Amino acid sequence: MTQTLLETDSLTVRFGGHVAVDAVTCSFRAGELTAIVGPNGAGKTTYFNLISGQVTASAGSVRLMGEDVTRDPVAVRCRKGLGRAFQLTNLFPDLTVLENVRLVIQARRRMGFNLFSMASAHTELTVAAMAVLERVRLEPLRDQKVGALSHGNQRKLEVAILIALDPVVYMFDEPTAGMSVDEAPVVLDLIAELKADTDRTILLVEHKMDVIRSLADRIIVLHNGALAADGDPATVMASDVVQEAYMGRDLADV
Amino acid sequence: MAAQFLNRTLSGDRPRSLILTIVLLAILIGLAFAPFLFPGVRSLETAARICIFIVLVASYDLLLGYSGIVSFAHTMFFGLGAYGVALASTHMGRGYDALLVGTLAGAAAAAVLALMIGLFSLRVRAIFFAMITLAVASAVAVLVSQLSGLTGGEDGLNYQIPRELTPAFKLGELFGVNISGKILNYYLVFFASLLLFLLLLRVVNSPFGRVLQAIRENDFRAEAIGYRVVFYRTLATCLSAAVAALAGSLFAIWLRYVGPDTTLSFEIMLDILLMVVIGGMGTMYGAVIGATLFVLAQNYLQNLMGMASGATEGLPLIPQLLDPDRWLLWLGVLFILSVYFFPTGIVGRLRSGD
Repeated sequence: MTQTLLETDSLTVRFGGHVAVDAVTCSFRAGELTAIVGPNGAGKTTYFNLISGQVTASAGSVRLMGEDVTRDPVAVRCRKGLGRAFQLTNLFPDLTVLENVRLVIQARRRMGFNLFSMASAHTELTVAAMAVLERVRLEPLRDQKVGALSHGNQRKLEVAILIALDPVVYMFDEPTAGMSVDEAPVVLDLIAELKADTDRTILLVEHKMDVIRSLADRIIVLHNGALAADGDPATVMASDVVQEAYMGRDLADV
Repeated sequence: MAAQFLNRTLSGDRPRSLILTIVLLAILIGLAFAPFLFPGVRSLETAARICIFIVLVASYDLLLGYSGIVSFAHTMFFGLGAYGVALASTHMGRGYDALLVGTLAGAAAAAVLALMIGLFSLRVRAIFFAMITLAVASAVAVLVSQLSGLTGGEDGLNYQIPRELTPAFKLGELFGVNISGKILNYYLVFFASLLLFLLLLRVVNSPFGRVLQAIRENDFRAEAIGYRVVFYRTLATCLSAAVAALAGSLFAIWLRYVGPDTTLSFEIMLDILLMVVIGGMGTMYGAVIGATLFVLAQNYLQNLMGMASGATEGLPLIPQLLDPDRWLLWLGVLFILSVYFFPTGIVGRLRSGD
C-alpha cells in the first residue's frame, strides 16, 4: 500500500456565516496526481489556502506525513514540504528570473539569516537554480526581470519555483489560467514530467476537462465547499454529481 | 588581486555609473583627507557630521529602501547611542572604557527596543509599525527632557572624553596642519563610519539582504517560499537600530555634548528622510550622496546666499530672496525639484542615465 502524505480531517472554514470549506476529509497518497474540480466558488482555492496556510481553519486539521500542521504559519508549512503555486501569478517582479529561483533554493537551504557573506559568492545556489531553470526551459531568460516576462513564461516560472521548493506535496492552482491554447501545453508537459519523476503527491485545481483526463489519477469534486465525489477519473466524470455540478444545477435537486 | 579586494570590500555592489563612481571617490577622498584639504574648525565639523550622517542615513536605507519599512524612530535609536556614551562618560568618568561601555550599551538598548517594537507591531500592517515608532519616539523624547536629573533635560549633557581625542592634545605638525586630538577624533569617526557603511553594504548584498528585497517586493510570496517574514523584518529593524545607535555614539564622542535638539529632535528625523530620498532609496550609495549634499547645504547654503545677496545688492527683489534667512525656503525648493526630476534619487538617475 502506498504511503499517505497529506490528510485533511473535517477541514472547515467559515467566513462570517458562510461556510467556504465544509468538513472536507480526504487523503492524498504518494505518487498520485489528484485533480480538484468544482464550479466557481466551490471552495477549491480556499481548500488550497487551508492546506498551505494562507487561511486558518475554523475546525478540522491538516496533517503532513502524519504531523499536524494546522496551526503552523505559511513559511513553516512550506519548509515542512507543502509547496504552493498560485492561480494569479505571484512572483518577485523587480528581480530577475534567476534571482526568483535562487531565493527559493536559498530558503530551502536555510541560508536566509546569513548576514555577512556575499550572496553572489554562493555559486552553489546559482548552479542549483540554473538546473531548475533548465528543466522548465527558462535558462535563456535568466537575467530578465520577471515583470517584463510574457504571461506564459511567468506561469512557467511559477512551476519552476514549485520544482525548486522540492516539496512533499505539489499544489498547482490552475497552472494554465490565462494562457493561450498554444502556451498551455508547455506548462502541462512540465507537470506531466514532474508526475513521471516524482514519488511525491501532486494536487491540481483545474477547469479544463481534457487536461484533467490526460493527467489525473484521481478526481475529487468540491461543491458548495463540501466533498461531493472522489474516485478515478472515468468513474467520477461519468457520475451524476459531476454532470450536475458542471451543468450548474443544485445537487439537492438530484 | 586588487580588483578582487575591491569587489569584496564593496560586496560586489559597484556604483554602476561612471559619474557616480567619480562623485563617490571625490567624497571619499574629500572626507579621508578633510583635515588637510579643508583646514579649519568649521569644515572639520562639517566633515565629521557628513561621516556620521552617511552611516545614519544608510542604516535608515536598510529599513526604508531595502525592507520597505517606514519608521519614525530612527533618531530615537541615534539618541540612545549618543546618550549611552554621554551617560557612561558622566558616571564612569573620562576614559576609553566609558566610551566602549556607553557605545555597546546604547547599541544593545537600541536593538532590544527595536526587537520589542518589531515583534509587537511588525506582524500586522506596515502602517501600524510606523505609528508605533512615532509614538515610542515621542515618548522617549519627552522622557529624556523630563528626566533632567539623569539626562540634563533640555540642556543636555557635557562630559569629558579621553584627552587624546580633544583639541588640548597636541601631536605636532604635518603638511602645515597642527595635528591635535581633534584630528585623531575625526579619524576615529571617519574610519568607524567607513567600516559601518561597508558593513551595511555587505548586509544588503548578503543572502539576508536578498530576502529583504524579496519581502519588499512581495511579502506574501516570500512567506510562501519559506521565509518567516516577521522575523526578517524584525532583524532588519534591530540591525538598523543598532547601527543608528553606533552612529549616535560617534556623534557623542565627536561633539562631547548631547542634547535633545542635536540627537532626538523630529527635525533630524525629517532630515534623514530627505537625505535618503534625495540620494536614492535602496541603493546605499544614495546615503553617501544625500548626506553629503544635505549637510553641505545646511552648513554652506547660508554663506553662499549671503554672498549672492551681497553681489546682487543693486537689483530689486533678488537680494531679499537670496537673503541668508531664506535658506530653508531654497532648501525646500531644491528638495521639490530633486524629487520631481529624480524620483529614484540621484543614484537612481545616474544609474539609469549611463
